[in-house]
Amino acid sequence: MILWRDIKGTVQPFWVTLRNLLRRPVTVQYPEEQRALPVRTRGRIVLTRDPDGGERCVACYLCSAACPVDCISMQAAEALDGRRYAVWFRINFARCIYCGLCAEACPTLAIQMTPEFAFCKDDPLDMVYEKENLLIDHGGKDQEYNFYRHAGIGVVNPRGGNDDEDPPLDAKSNLP
Amino acid sequence: MTEGLITLALILVKLGMVFFVLLSGAAYLVLIERKLLGRMQLRYGPNRAGPGGMFQPLADAIKLITKEDLIPAQADKVIFFVAPGLATLTALLAFAVVPFAPPMTVFGREVPLVVCDLNIGVLYFLGLSSLAVYGVALGGWASNSKYALLGGIRSLAQLLSYELAMGLSLVPVVLMARSFSLTDIVLAQQNLPFAVLNPLAFLIFLISVAAESKRIPFDLPEAENELVAGFHTEYSGMRFGLFFVGEYINMMILGAMVTVFFLGGWQGPWLPPILWFLLKVLAVAFLFIWMRATLPRLRYDQLMHFGWKVLIPLSLVNVLITGAVLLAMQN
Repeated sequence: MILWRDIKGTVQPFWVTLRNLLRRPVTVQYPEEQRALPVRTRGRIVLTRDPDGGERCVACYLCSAACPVDCISMQAAEALDGRRYAVWFRINFARCIYCGLCAEACPTLAIQMTPEFAFCKDDPLDMVYEKENLLIDHGGKDQEYNFYRHAGIGVVNPRGGNDDEDPPLDAKSNLP
Repeated sequence: MTEGLITLALILVKLGMVFFVLLSGAAYLVLIERKLLGRMQLRYGPNRAGPGGMFQPLADAIKLITKEDLIPAQADKVIFFVAPGLATLTALLAFAVVPFAPPMTVFGREVPLVVCDLNIGVLYFLGLSSLAVYGVALGGWASNSKYALLGGIRSLAQLLSYELAMGLSLVPVVLMARSFSLTDIVLAQQNLPFAVLNPLAFLIFLISVAAESKRIPFDLPEAENELVAGFHTEYSGMRFGLFFVGEYINMMILGAMVTVFFLGGWQGPWLPPILWFLLKVLAVAFLFIWMRATLPRLRYDQLMHFGWKVLIPLSLVNVLITGAVLLAMQN
């Protein structure tokens, strides 16, 4: 009967709320009580180093290309041994939306997201992080990974000197 | 001469205490409500300002006062200023007839613990609660905003409709107590409170009181989904705060009315009468808060349907039945 159903549906919820009154709240009291966030949380961005202590970033611009809000910028340069690196690397955290697309795009695992999120500042200019602020001294989520051990450009051996690698081609010699 | 001065002083002290208790009661009712709602939703509620959130009402007041106070360019300024005050004032005035304890003896004279023991107290209360509509209607109209106007008209229709059910559910009380005076009504409940003698009238009164104080599930004036916020859309800062405080004072007063009409007023064993009165008012307030935590908001047509097609016929039938039973008992 519909009337009976209505009355039941009106009275029953009262018991539910009264029961909740006697239960412990599930709230985390934030500043005093800080939860350990999952490793995959997308917080502050860092630049990591490979196991040998070298910078992982090869300044390929993929992160800044993937960034939907254009908050990453850098200047690429090449070292004497042919290894690319970023002369400067800048992230404007006032613009960053913490989407993690840069970390997805990075081929060398250099740019990574950390669970740290509480780093707001009064002045927006203080939110612009330079390379020295971003660079940390370990490998982040994957301490073992070394991009140059796989790609081997210039670092382990001279160009074309690795196993299964042909010497570099002089494109001009191929001209008709 | 000194006799008159002492009487005047006693009246002023009484007035001041009633005023103080009502206002601070309303402020702390907000805190109690937020805390209870929090616990019912498995969170803590305000607990940052002072121990256990004790200073939250103070913090709220500071925030409201220091907020920017906007007045719409085309608003009717005078009425716009007056409306929130009206809403609070009518709520405060209604407390004048509520007896909160039996007469007390101070300096060898009897002081009735009621601001003014009118012999038509019920009518005074009903009249003033109808006047409360003014604050809502004028606030909505003076803002010169379509949303506020629509919200005001809607609240007006709601308040007037439930006024009828409220008045009709009080008729059996007056019949049973054989008096319009609130003190006599309390005294008539010496043996059994009217809530037990006439549960139907109690239920109807409780529901229409919830509607009258614009509380969930009848809080259509605040239906932010359809009407931004209803009649107080254009109000900000302390002016909005006055509407808000008025609502809570209203809640205390209607709680006091439920206590007086149906729960036997100050009467009860063991405890001092004034404590009994306070406990009963707080119990009614708890019921309202509990209702707010539990029930969803009604749709507007459901609200009107419930008021006109269910509550008013039911209360009319109840008047007939109560009258018949009283007549049969007399013979």
